[in-house]
Amino acid sequence: MLTELSQVWPWYVAGPLIALTMFILLYLGKNFGVSSTLRTTCSALGAGKTSEFFRFDWKGQAWNLTFVAGAMVGGFIAAQWLADPEPIQLAESTVAHLQSLGIENPGAEYLPDSIFSWEALFTPRGLLMLLGGGFLVGFGTRYAGGCTSGHAISGLSNLQWPSLVAVIGFFIGGLTMTYFILPWLLS
Amino acid sequence: MKKYVSFFAVGIFFGIVLTKAEIISWYRIQEMFLFDSFHMYGVIGSAVVLGIIGTAIIKKKQLKSIQGKTISFTPKKQSIPRYLFGGVLFGLGWAMVGACPGPIYTLIGYGYSVIIVVLLGSVAGTWAYGLLRSKLPH
Repeated sequence: MLTELSQVWPWYVAGPLIALTMFILLYLGKNFGVSSTLRTTCSALGAGKTSEFFRFDWKGQAWNLTFVAGAMVGGFIAAQWLADPEPIQLAESTVAHLQSLGIENPGAEYLPDSIFSWEALFTPRGLLMLLGGGFLVGFGTRYAGGCTSGHAISGLSNLQWPSLVAVIGFFIGGLTMTYFILPWLLS
Repeated sequence: MKKYVSFFAVGIFFGIVLTKAEIISWYRIQEMFLFDSFHMYGVIGSAVVLGIIGTAIIKKKQLKSIQGKTISFTPKKQSIPRYLFGGVLFGLGWAMVGACPGPIYTLIGYGYSVIIVVLLGSVAGTWAYGLLRSKLPH
C-alpha cells in the first residue's frame, strides 16, 4: 500500500482530490483560498497600524492558518514516509530546454539546487528570484483577490468570469516569465 | 478546538496531494508554461470540472454545511483591471518561484527550508499591496 502511494499520483487522482479538498472546506463552512492566509499573517503581525486593509478580525481566519499549517505537515509526511526515489518524469523537451539554460539534472529533485538553496540565496540572482518572486506572488494574489485555489479552482467552479480574467492574467504573466525573463535571468 | 483539528487534517491531506502529484515542483510548473505536458492541465482541469458539477449540485439541492447553514457562494466583484493586472503579477511570480501559495507552505514542510524566504517575500508583497491599494486601478 505504502509503495503504491509512494509512486507519482496521476492527474486524474490529484485533480479530484483537490476538488474534494474544496468540498470538505465548503462542508465545514469555509472557502478554499490559500493566499488569504498571507493577508491574515500581515494582520497578525500588526499591519493594521499601517493600512486599513489589514484592520479586520484576523483570529476569525485562524482556521485557514491551521489549514496551511496542515499543508506544511502534509509535505513533511510525504517526504518522510511516501518519498519516491525516482526522478520526476519530465517531458524531454522541458529537460532539454532547462539544460540549455544551465540547469543540471532537471527533475532529480522537486527544485533545482542552483536557484533554491541557502547558498544561492546569497547571490543577486538567487535573492531576486526567491524574495522578488515571493513578493510578486504576494502582491499579485492580493491585487487579483485570489490565487490558483481561490480563482482557478473555487472561482471557476462557481463560473465566475472575474476568475477567468484572473486565470488569463496568470498565464500572461507565467508565459512572459517562462519565455522571456527566465531564459535571460538563468543564462 | 475540535474544529481546528479538522482543518489541520484537511490541510495535511492537501499537502500530501500537492507533494505526491509533484504540483510543488518548480519543474512541473516550467513544463506547464512550456506546454510540454498535460499533467498540470489535467490536475487543474479535472478539479475544475468536478468543482463545477459539485458546486452546481450544492446550489441546486441547497445543501447544508456542518453548522446546518445552507452553503452559499459570494460572487466576485465585477471588474477587469484588478483581476488582469493582479493576475499578471502573480503569474510572473508563479513561474519564477514555481509555486503558488499552497505549494510554498508544503515545500517548507517537505524540507526546503530556503522557501521560507519566498514566504517572507509573499507576506511583504501582500503588505505592500495593502499600503498601495488606494493608488491602484481596481
